[in-house]
Amino acid sequence: MNWIAIGSLSDIPRRGARCVATPQGKVAVFRTQDDQVYAIDDHCPHKGGPLSQGIVHGAAVTCPLHNWVISLETGKALGADEGAVRTIPVKVEGERLFLALEALASCAA
Amino acid sequence: MTERLVIIGNGMAPGRMLEHLLEQAPGRYSVTIFNAEPRVNYDRIMLSPVLSGEKAYEEIIIHGDGWYIANNITLYKGHKIVAIDRAAKTVTSDHGVAEPYDKLVIATGSVPFIIPVPGHNLPGVLTYRDLDDVQAMMLAAQSRAKAVVIGGGLLGLEAAAGLNAQGMDVTVLHVMPTLMERQLDPAAGYLLQRAVEQRGIKVITKANTQAITGNGKVEQVELADGTVIPATLVVMAVGIRPNAALAKEAGIAVNRGIVVDAGMRSNDPDIYALGECAEVNGMVYGLVAPLYEMARVAASQLAGDETAAFVHSDTPTKLKVTGIELFSLGDFADGDDRQEIVLRDASAGVYKRLVLKDDRIIGTVLYGETADGAWFNDLKKKQTDISQMRDTLIFGQSYQGGAPLDPMAAVAALPDDAEICGCNGVCKGKITGAITAKGLTSLDDVRAHTKASASCGSCTGLVEKLMVLTLGDTYNPAAVQPMCGCTTLGHDEVRRLIKAKRLKTIPAVMQELEWKTSCGCAKCRPALNYYLVCDWPDDYADDYQSRFINERVHANIQKDGTYSVVPRMWGGVTNAAELRAIADVVDKFEIPMVKVTGGQRIDMLGIRKEDLPAVWADLGQAGFVSGHAYAKGLRTVKTCVGSDWCRFGTQDSTGLGIRIEKFMWGSWTPAKVKMAVSGCPRNCAEATCKDVGVICVDSGYEIHFAGAAGLDIKGTEVLGLVKTEDEALEHIVALTQMYREQGRYLERIYKWAKRIGIPEIKRQIMDDGEKRKAYYDRFVFSQKFAQVDPWSERVSGKDKHEFRPMASVGFAQAAE
Repeated sequence: MNWIAIGSLSDIPRRGARCVATPQGKVAVFRTQDDQVYAIDDHCPHKGGPLSQGIVHGAAVTCPLHNWVISLETGKALGADEGAVRTIPVKVEGERLFLALEALASCAA
Repeated sequence: MTERLVIIGNGMAPGRMLEHLLEQAPGRYSVTIFNAEPRVNYDRIMLSPVLSGEKAYEEIIIHGDGWYIANNITLYKGHKIVAIDRAAKTVTSDHGVAEPYDKLVIATGSVPFIIPVPGHNLPGVLTYRDLDDVQAMMLAAQSRAKAVVIGGGLLGLEAAAGLNAQGMDVTVLHVMPTLMERQLDPAAGYLLQRAVEQRGIKVITKANTQAITGNGKVEQVELADGTVIPATLVVMAVGIRPNAALAKEAGIAVNRGIVVDAGMRSNDPDIYALGECAEVNGMVYGLVAPLYEMARVAASQLAGDETAAFVHSDTPTKLKVTGIELFSLGDFADGDDRQEIVLRDASAGVYKRLVLKDDRIIGTVLYGETADGAWFNDLKKKQTDISQMRDTLIFGQSYQGGAPLDPMAAVAALPDDAEICGCNGVCKGKITGAITAKGLTSLDDVRAHTKASASCGSCTGLVEKLMVLTLGDTYNPAAVQPMCGCTTLGHDEVRRLIKAKRLKTIPAVMQELEWKTSCGCAKCRPALNYYLVCDWPDDYADDYQSRFINERVHANIQKDGTYSVVPRMWGGVTNAAELRAIADVVDKFEIPMVKVTGGQRIDMLGIRKEDLPAVWADLGQAGFVSGHAYAKGLRTVKTCVGSDWCRFGTQDSTGLGIRIEKFMWGSWTPAKVKMAVSGCPRNCAEATCKDVGVICVDSGYEIHFAGAAGLDIKGTEVLGLVKTEDEALEHIVALTQMYREQGRYLERIYKWAKRIGIPEIKRQIMDDGEKRKAYYDRFVFSQKFAQVDPWSERVSGKDKHEFRPMASVGFAQAAE
């Protein structure tokens, strides 16, 4: 797998997210309270809300538009809502963060 | 003809007796009560939570005024009975009221024991007995100065914890070598001392108080060994003795207390005594369970059942200090014929000791982990032979008979006659029976019908488990709606505990209040963040990750992920330079939509997030600051042109609106706050549907509040009329601060006002000048930290990470 560097862990606040711009749209990279890192498309399965702007709690984010709760681990909507968003593999090497390039490219195909 | 029943004293015992009596013999007596305290019957056991700030007086009332009226009972508040004339069968109060009786009940309770050391009567020396004492202590605690509590028993430690929670520097003096030596063995006493000390309370044992000294008021306490402890408040909590003086003067037999037979009758057949003043079989009592038993017996006797008799039983002791779990029961002295089982887990702070005699439990001390108290109590009461389960007995009920039970199964396994509520002597069968027979569905219902968990409340968890077992999923434990799924506590409880336990960070709140999730959710985090910002304006560091996106980036998110920006236009007034600057920004950033809002502002919509800091920089050049159109805070003050221009205007409504807005901008509130000032009753600024509105009239300013024009439509309520602009500002600010301190997160003013009651708000803001000033001062203090323009902060680089992507990747590959 090819990995592409996107920055370091400290670029993202705990219980927060930053965006990575790609030709296919934004990817939201999350850092949880206990420093787990996850990447998912920045696009809520409900009405396309920017998930990177939501409140991060545990390994989940609440969409800022209509409060859907999305699991960062599976990309699936939690609770009564149904829907899923694509997850992108992330690698953490020390402080440095990488996204799986194939996953990004595959979307273009 | 109805008989005349007169009761002297209005504490918990006579209150309970009346409840039984009204049930058993309704209408038999016409009842008159004389209460030396100027109030109704309240739950004295809960004075400690009132002192620590965890409960309010209103929450511990047992019988409100309405109860006395509904039951046709005459209550003389603040009337102390000074004489009983047994020959004439009358009592006389200190206000001169003389009341004849057929039956008399004496329930004068107890008086605190005062150590007769020099200085014991100096101002600043208090006892801990009733609400007056608590109020005096809370007043003294406002100084945040030093307090000494004499007495390391139940009452003394609760007083010390309460004063500590109120911010005082507290030292406990105890004459014995370990704390609570009557209820705890030395090992548990030591653990307790350590826990008390960890809260910052100093403990001195073997302390012999020699004198309290000071010039006209308390200044220090001197011990026999020469130690001198500075103090501005001394609380004596060394014990109580029955208050039997009145009975003695009337010639009724008195030993330690008023001597009564097992039917609660004194040596005068028409006079009964019960509660702490009564002595039955040579014993006097201070815990609520036996006192309630006396109440039950006395009521039955008065209702005509002469067989009712009081039987002694041991009562478990529990300490009501939040965070300290302690249970003690029975006899735990060492002895040759006794054996003991002890479990210690030092790091977990757990200590359990069972004292056995002939394979039966006779005493129990539990510290740190008390869930099995009810079970041990049951084994002791029934004198169960425990030899079969002796190996695992100390581990508790869950470990008997194979696999550990979950807590629910443990409750299910309790026999029907197991005691659940020690204070009121209510067993499991009575609770489950009442739930089924009477169709009870809420905790309050169960409390009302069975009295279980209605006194000290420490068995609430057990009662709730019984409700779940009996009702299954139909039981919703939330008599109080919890904040969210992360906690069982409601907003009000959380707010009170934040104050009482001085919690100053979100992790501290979640830890101390036992949050069920690791870091909350999108519902509770913004609420907690607001409560902490509001309660500790100088200490708390705002947690931006717990704010909704709009408040985090100081703009309003739109459905397409772009933002809208509303600059502040004070009072809705603008000018050519401002409008020109807005026009330039709109052109430069190709802002697709510009709109005038309902609050007299200009809204620019469709701005990309990355552009926000640059937009703000340009607006800032023209003198604009954030309009907080995104905030749970002060949004806008809408005005009309007022006396400057309008031929009907009575006052300078524009000027007042601008003044209010400049004074209050930046403040965070539970939900958004929109205001308006109209210059005359024609009300062109539409002030009568706002959160707070002002209608100017010739004679001054009519202040309105609690309007709504959104999901609900509601005209405002009138707070009152004031004469000057200064007064108008002070009242509005005080009202807003009261709402800030009491409102639940996302609760608008009109909903808060409905919950608190309009008359109460008027009383505090209009009638109570001191309270109003205190609210006003707290708002002003908090504004010192709140009035920072968030836009200019971000133009200067704060939170840069919010506004740009972390990286751009894949563009080259995609182009290939």
